[in-house]
Amino acid sequence: MTAVVTGLGVMAPNGTDTEAYWAATLDCKSGIDRIERFDPSSYPVTLAGEVSGFDPADHVPSRLLVETSTMSHLALAAGQMAIEDAGVVPAELPEYEMGVVTANATGGVEFGQRELQNLWSGSPSDVGAYMSIAWFFAATTGQLSIRHKLRGQCGVVVSEQAGGLDAIGQGRRLLRGGHRMVMVGGTESAMSPAGLVAQLPGHLSRRDDPARAYLPFAADACGYVPGEGGAILIVEDARRAAERGAAHRYGEIAGYAATFDPAPGRGRPPTLRVAMERALADAGVAPADVDVVFADAYGVPHLDRAEAEAISAVFGPHRVPVTAPKSMTGRLYAGAGALDVVAALLSIRDGVVPPTANVTEPAPDYDIDLVVERPRPAPVSTALVLARGHGGFNSALVVRAAQD
Amino acid sequence: MQDFTLDDLRRVMRASVGVDDSVELESDIADTEFTDLGYDSLALLEIVAKIDKEYGTAIPEDAVQDLTTPGKLAEYVRGRLPGAVAS
Repeated sequence: MTAVVTGLGVMAPNGTDTEAYWAATLDCKSGIDRIERFDPSSYPVTLAGEVSGFDPADHVPSRLLVETSTMSHLALAAGQMAIEDAGVVPAELPEYEMGVVTANATGGVEFGQRELQNLWSGSPSDVGAYMSIAWFFAATTGQLSIRHKLRGQCGVVVSEQAGGLDAIGQGRRLLRGGHRMVMVGGTESAMSPAGLVAQLPGHLSRRDDPARAYLPFAADACGYVPGEGGAILIVEDARRAAERGAAHRYGEIAGYAATFDPAPGRGRPPTLRVAMERALADAGVAPADVDVVFADAYGVPHLDRAEAEAISAVFGPHRVPVTAPKSMTGRLYAGAGALDVVAALLSIRDGVVPPTANVTEPAPDYDIDLVVERPRPAPVSTALVLARGHGGFNSALVVRAAQD
Repeated sequence: MQDFTLDDLRRVMRASVGVDDSVELESDIADTEFTDLGYDSLALLEIVAKIDKEYGTAIPEDAVQDLTTPGKLAEYVRGRLPGAVAS
């Protein structure tokens, strides 16, 4: 069984559909700016990658709108795009052979905050009934399943930023188990005061210049900017996709692996390198066959160093182009891996590696060939996408051009 | 005296839980099941909570499951309005 990606849907801070996102990314146009969803002036972090210009009412029916949080609105919009892009008509296919797997890390926190404020400023009867479902990690998967009548196996993966790749890996597993199509990916939105404050114990950048705040692999990296959005993809058993005459085959999910780091203080190294090696082995791909690495790109010096060292250890110093288009979106948590996989597939389609924005060169002691400032034309047939989740999650996923 | 008509219910439904694209709320919905109008039990709880808040009706949760149509709900609400004569 070969898993092939046949549909893409993107909701990103720098583009609210697939082609707008890709054009902005190649053009080095960032979606990071001062937070507009609420007044951030009293918080130590004032920047984010918000999906501006997105009116949920344009994408989500009114009945569904009240039941769901922003993270799900973004997924419903991206999911619809992906379905249309794939040309899949679920009603014409066996409903129990199609599933949904999304990733989520922050939950519908802005919805939850609103209802908790209703509770504290009013009474229990002021809390809306949909507080019982809207903010759950699994809410997005459930709503996508209901909306598109995809009634096979469904699930949600919660592994912080690694989740977007883990969801795609799980989707491939379902295809191997006999499903014909799975909707996969992740979207995130924690753009409320409570959502932002919950992220503060992490490594958020405190700078207020959008062009200087998130500089992965740079010598003056100082943390990351949070973002919202993500991507939803349609993956299909390649044989089934061919049978129905799928219009697009963006590429194959050729390899996937996930590892978990040892607890701190145990003296054992982190395991990102192992995840990379296992994903390559799973794909049957040698390091020399990989044309580009989409890095996790934390933007935190010691974590950038660990990633650069792992890449260098697997590929050799400066042997493979490395890039981080998330420098233009911020870190999207569970949305990040899925969006990076979209970027990797479009790199394959267009023969170009997107740049890392705002970084002029990597820190001199990182032995990586970081693609900066402008896109680099290059034939791309195989890409490795990396994602690390806070707490020790590492995932690596190999996509390659669809084979005939 | 305060009243609660089907139009009042329509207004609460629109404001609180929205309307399915395939449903014409202005049509004669009095005897149509809520589920056929696209409202599940959770939506009904939300509608009832909003009615309680606006009209002070304090509808017990146990009663909600029997109020399966807009007509039944509106009638029930009328019977609980302050000043209503118990039927």
